[in-house]
Amino acid sequence: MTGPDEPDDDQRAGALDRVAAAAGRFVRERLGPDAERLASFAGRRLTGEFEVDAFGFDEDLTETVLLPVLRPLYRHWFRVDVRGVENIPDDGPALVVANHSGTLPVDSLMTQLAVHDEHPRSRHLRTLAATLVFQLPVISDLARKGGSTLACNDDVQALLSAGEVVGVWPEGFKGVGKPFAERYQLQRFGRGGFVAAALRTGTPIVPCSVVGAEEIYPMVANAGYVARLLGLPYFPVTPTFPWLGPLGLIPLPSKWLIEFGEPIRTDEYPAGAADDPMVVFELTDRVRDTIQQTLHELLQLRGSAFG
Amino acid sequence: MVVGVARHLGALLAEQLSHDDRVDRVVGIDVVPPDDDIGDAEFVRADIRTSDIGRVMQRVEPDTVVHMNILATRSDAGGRSPQKEINVIGTMQLLAACQRAASVRTVVVKSSTTVYGAGAHAPALFTEDMVPGALARGGYEKDASEVEAYVRGFSRRRPDVHVSILRFANVLGPTIRTALSEYFALPAVPFVAGRDPRFQLVHEQDCLDALRHTTLGEHTGIVNVAGDGFLVLSQALARAGRPAVPLPTLGTPLVGGLMRRTGVADMDSAQVRFLTHGRGVDTTRMREQLGFEPAYSTMATFDEFVRARVTGGFDSHAVLAAARQVRTRLADGLGHQRGQP
Repeated sequence: MTGPDEPDDDQRAGALDRVAAAAGRFVRERLGPDAERLASFAGRRLTGEFEVDAFGFDEDLTETVLLPVLRPLYRHWFRVDVRGVENIPDDGPALVVANHSGTLPVDSLMTQLAVHDEHPRSRHLRTLAATLVFQLPVISDLARKGGSTLACNDDVQALLSAGEVVGVWPEGFKGVGKPFAERYQLQRFGRGGFVAAALRTGTPIVPCSVVGAEEIYPMVANAGYVARLLGLPYFPVTPTFPWLGPLGLIPLPSKWLIEFGEPIRTDEYPAGAADDPMVVFELTDRVRDTIQQTLHELLQLRGSAFG
Repeated sequence: MVVGVARHLGALLAEQLSHDDRVDRVVGIDVVPPDDDIGDAEFVRADIRTSDIGRVMQRVEPDTVVHMNILATRSDAGGRSPQKEINVIGTMQLLAACQRAASVRTVVVKSSTTVYGAGAHAPALFTEDMVPGALARGGYEKDASEVEAYVRGFSRRRPDVHVSILRFANVLGPTIRTALSEYFALPAVPFVAGRDPRFQLVHEQDCLDALRHTTLGEHTGIVNVAGDGFLVLSQALARAGRPAVPLPTLGTPLVGGLMRRTGVADMDSAQVRFLTHGRGVDTTRMREQLGFEPAYSTMATFDEFVRARVTGGFDSHAVLAAARQVRTRLADGLGHQRGQP
């Protein structure tokens, strides 16, 4: 495709050209080989030449902007160590079930990055988020583009049937908003909806244990009155928030370990097992116990939280 | 028999059916004569809100009735209460007439994916079996789900009739005028700041083809109809080269009222929710049960609409040329660097 006014380099070669070339060199030196990629990315954004999938996932934006923005936090601030990433299959569906903590759901972002950066196939973890996320402007938009969707049975099954790796945090707000004193104690695992979805689609469940997220915003109290006023599930009070204002939003630099455990197969159960509450509860407990045990082991291994 | 023939799609369907060899006779019904050409179809004036329609039905004795008179925008009807009356009472009268007419073998209703509603609680993809109206809160959303409830009642009372409900995603194309087409044709497009809803489209020709396919076939049941793929609002505006104006909301009396009074846009609550949260529907059943394959994807539909309807704005060729220019410069920079010892 040629534009209507393709500039003729020979005729226009003048001061403007030299400035542009110099600017190009400058950008190149600063950004390295990424510059060209970013320029074509900006072009695609301005002309709308990109695709989102049925869930609103924008792979182009996620790989070019969202994940790179989070990467320094992952590598240098939390110094995340990942174990057992080979437990996530190279292709086909898997359901990653993880513990939730940290006052703000930074752990889901880091787990998403861990799966993408450490897995040989650079798979995208499609995370499930609470309704609250989709009620907030900007956040809802970024969540969908980053691969999140609403944590409901229809969406989980649609994603698993499409062969995606889905990430779920069944503790929900009970986990992410629990006080610092209860750190690394798993809360109730919802109603086991994720297990039922895995059973229906015969998807293996990969238990995932995250150590480190508990210390990023130690929640010493919950201002329940403010939370009710704002319609939030909790309103955290940490040693720095809200006292230091926006500065209080800087997470503490704890050391993180993320371990993906042995997959638990669900395709050996008889048809209809998803509708048998006993099977669902037993499997839920098994996943929960695995994660709790691994958490204790990882805590031993890590030693000091900020080491 | 095509009901709602004075409207653009109704007239086009009547015209296309009248040229089809498999159809002997086409009768178009509406309260006013159609502006568009309806080909060899006959026009009969009748108001579906009254029992007129019953008398026409007795006289014409149709074997197939296509109901296309469900209005999505209140300005089409001249206000919210006429809109509701045409949609709900009109459908009741029409179905009552169909129930009485022994000749009727097939009823096709052009419905909309608006019945699913839109909101933060919505799943990413609605399938046909999800409870209609669970998220539909008012306005046209409610009409559409009430209309469908009457249609389901009718299909229970006349089990010998093939009743199909086609739920179309937003129809767009070079000629059709809908609330959404006028929205995208605005010189500057207002949107809710911090929201980028995703949506599906159906090309107007695909919409007609799907209706014709169902009218001439023997399908029974509810089917979503949408083109492949999705667009997000910001992407659509970029492709159309429209400048976007972020507003805190489109729905408050202040903003919505201001837009209506200044004639910028008349949006009801259902449309505001759609433009805030977006919507997606599953189209497996369209392919597997109805056996219909749309010719245009969502993106192709939008591009065709843009070519025909949207003028001015940014030129995407210029942007592409600029982007290429930048890339060439960067490549030059690299060349210089490599050239250096």
